[in-house]
Amino acid sequence: MAAAISLHLGPAHAERYESNPATRESNWVKWTVIGISLSFFALFLLLPLVVVFYEALRKGWDAYLVALVEPDALSAIRLTLTAAIIAVPLNLAFGVAAAWAIAKFNFPGKSFLITLIDLPFSVSPVVAGLIFVLVFGRTGWLGSWFIDNDMKVIFAVPGIVLATIFVTFPFVARELIPLMEAQGRDEEEASTVLGASGWQTFWHVTIPNVKWGLLYGVILCNARAMGEFGAVSVVSGHIRGETNTMPLHVEIVYSEYKFAAAFAVASLLAILALLTLVIKSFIEWRAAQAAKEDSEA
Amino acid sequence: MSNRNALPGFKLSLGYTLTWLSLIVLIPLAAVFIKSAELTLDQFWYVVTTPRVVASYKLTFGASLAAAAINAVFGLLLAWSLVRYTFPGKKIVDSLVDLPFALPTAVAGIALTALWAGNGWIGSIVESFGIKVAFTPLGVLLALVFIGLPFVVRTVQPVLEDLQIEIEEAAASLGANRWQTISKVIFPTLFPALLTGFALAFARAVGEYGSVIFIAGNIPMVSEITPLMIITKLEQYDYRGATAIAAVMLIVSFILLITINSLQAWTAKRTGRST
Amino acid sequence: MQFNNTRRGLIALALGLAFGGNAFADVNLLNVSYDPTRELYQEYNAAFAKHWKAKTGETVTIKAAHGGSGKQARAVIDGLDADVVTLALGGDIDAVANAGLLAKDWQKKLPLNASPYTSTIVLLVRKGNPKGIKDWGDLVKPGIEVVTPNPKTSGGARWNYLAAWAYAKQLPGGSDATAKEFVKKLYGNVKVLDSGARGSTTTFVERGIGDVLIAWENEAYLSVKELGPDKFEIITPSISVLAEPPVAVVDKVVDKKGTRKVATEYLNYLYTPEGQDIAGKNFYRPTDAKVAAKYAKQFAKLKLVTIDKEFGGWTKVQKDHFDDGGVFDQIYIK
Repeated sequence: MAAAISLHLGPAHAERYESNPATRESNWVKWTVIGISLSFFALFLLLPLVVVFYEALRKGWDAYLVALVEPDALSAIRLTLTAAIIAVPLNLAFGVAAAWAIAKFNFPGKSFLITLIDLPFSVSPVVAGLIFVLVFGRTGWLGSWFIDNDMKVIFAVPGIVLATIFVTFPFVARELIPLMEAQGRDEEEASTVLGASGWQTFWHVTIPNVKWGLLYGVILCNARAMGEFGAVSVVSGHIRGETNTMPLHVEIVYSEYKFAAAFAVASLLAILALLTLVIKSFIEWRAAQAAKEDSEA
Repeated sequence: MSNRNALPGFKLSLGYTLTWLSLIVLIPLAAVFIKSAELTLDQFWYVVTTPRVVASYKLTFGASLAAAAINAVFGLLLAWSLVRYTFPGKKIVDSLVDLPFALPTAVAGIALTALWAGNGWIGSIVESFGIKVAFTPLGVLLALVFIGLPFVVRTVQPVLEDLQIEIEEAAASLGANRWQTISKVIFPTLFPALLTGFALAFARAVGEYGSVIFIAGNIPMVSEITPLMIITKLEQYDYRGATAIAAVMLIVSFILLITINSLQAWTAKRTGRST
Repeated sequence: MQFNNTRRGLIALALGLAFGGNAFADVNLLNVSYDPTRELYQEYNAAFAKHWKAKTGETVTIKAAHGGSGKQARAVIDGLDADVVTLALGGDIDAVANAGLLAKDWQKKLPLNASPYTSTIVLLVRKGNPKGIKDWGDLVKPGIEVVTPNPKTSGGARWNYLAAWAYAKQLPGGSDATAKEFVKKLYGNVKVLDSGARGSTTTFVERGIGDVLIAWENEAYLSVKELGPDKFEIITPSISVLAEPPVAVVDKVVDKKGTRKVATEYLNYLYTPEGQDIAGKNFYRPTDAKVAAKYAKQFAKLKLVTIDKEFGGWTKVQKDHFDDGGVFDQIYIK
């Protein structure tokens, strides 16, 4: 399911279509199509983004900053960072291992395995939260054991981290698998034949080949990890200053008449999203350059 | 690719993959089915077919289908504009298409609500025409359109970019006009990708929660989505009911996923791209 | 200077992120409460921390979690480590007790049925009362849009529903059947059903949806206070319910954490003049006669029915009205 969010490095030169009489439309068709699609884009994507910043700053800079340095907001930011710092590297390690096994070897049930890895993409976030309540809740399979041993999972940080890992599970793997499949195994095999160890081959041959895709997988994974709402909401318990992540804090403040404050925290998340897109564009640009250098060399 | 096994690390990486997959995804998901097995088949059927739950399926699947269809149309136009035309600001538009992937759903939810509520920028305009969007099923549709758009654009766009110009030139030289070329030559080639994008947007929409609950209104039988029914059941301490509905959703997700993967394989075969 | 403020803000943000957290507290308490008590407990927690410090020298940090009452009870049952629960109605604490987390006779452990403050249900309308709403009977008129939360998840919503029911039943010729017909019509006019009382208030107040909000009295007064009396008016109906939001120590949690003493004192302090005063200030009706007299002007007098007398207690109400297949489900299905 992740194919839709792969890096795409195709040619971006529309001029070749517009200058070719066989592939161009009349001007009024062109501008109508652009007009419709851009209006749609502005209405559905751009305006919601603008409104976040507008509402956030409606009461001025000072109110904006006050909303962000409030202790509960700080604690939410801290928890969100913590969850991402734990979840992203774990899924990175998983993604690399899974991609190595799937892209470089043949084994029965491979496509089924890919489907299973995709599963968290299509499971509703609410269900994702529910499953951890079922396992670790007081009435769940392991819940009473954990609670008797004074280990909190649900309604505490570990539960939030688990739910985050679940929803971001496939990102890195799905980014790497197609890239590493396309790469084939010739380079790695050559390297091992020349006497490099498995790890050496991996670090010096495989990783440099897929580094942009890897980076892209990581930033997407991170964006989702910091922004997850549904799954985290089910396992959080909503304790102010303790188990509220940024998106949950937004919801709580929103329901306390503090509209501008909710949008202030939301604007931080929106900035994170924009930053993700900027990095993505940069990666695409670098990867396209690298591809060009390769083909020129 | 044959397994002459010149490369090391197969057992380690596959073992690690399977273990982690089981711990994080498979075993917890199994909990849903085991918990709902505490219900007899009759009870299970009763829970998942009560009128309020059925109404939520209709809304969830209906709105998701409609949103995916809207996205298929406008996403195709947008992808076409991005690939085929030059216009100012194109690079920015191209990067911002991915915004719904990166923007947290709760943020999208409150932003859309602020825009489309009766006192919002757009809401105040449409309400003067007597149309209410926020807190009605239309609001659900709106949120689902938002989150689904990039799926269509990003599946169609690369296929469109890879189309051989020569095919269109050939069609033109054989006397086809532009519309004939597009509808008879280009569209059939794009179709599998468009369908994949549609299915992806649909699958995402079915499970969506965060952006929808802020704008839906959550009226029983009218604007309650299925994920909200799970939450509502949970909040009434009805674990079995919640897991029964969750089981239904899981089965649907799984079917959708398998459909999508076959569609992607089909697209790949049609266009010679790897997924 | 704005620039300085900005910079100070950024520095505070950075420092807060680096050194935040509550590393200095001797004791931590978690109060799991329902939706509209946010402001009440924010003030009360600060007062209690001071009181406890003066009494024992210990620093106590009180965390609070708010949400729909039923939802909060569910979280506690599932392992949210609440030292005390302060919920909207007895039925929700009963559910926690049924899960074995506290004694079934919890309501006898504190005075006044373990309800240190009471409240009732009133109607909030827009300034000038453009739709001329005076009593419950006006809510079922065609074209009136009503906002109230979902009784399945919100405690306040259950009180709302029962108040409307009590009104219909005491009308001449009223019976359970006419009451059911009445609430059915009423919920037919409900356009937004949020999961908690606070969500409904936001919908009505911030989003401008609906003509009338059925709300906790305290929530209604708070909205008027927060958003200005020039925007909303409180309508006191002819009859309503006496809402008794109860409080309890969660035995299993405090015994494990060793916080029984401070948790018990936390609830007892609610009954002291100081605690009662904070309740009154936040528009809850104090139960202490002296404090109640001080705030008497603030609350309208109206006929209040109790759940025990009118409906036969929460267990019965829950089963008849709000469980799956109960009256509330029936009115939504033609």
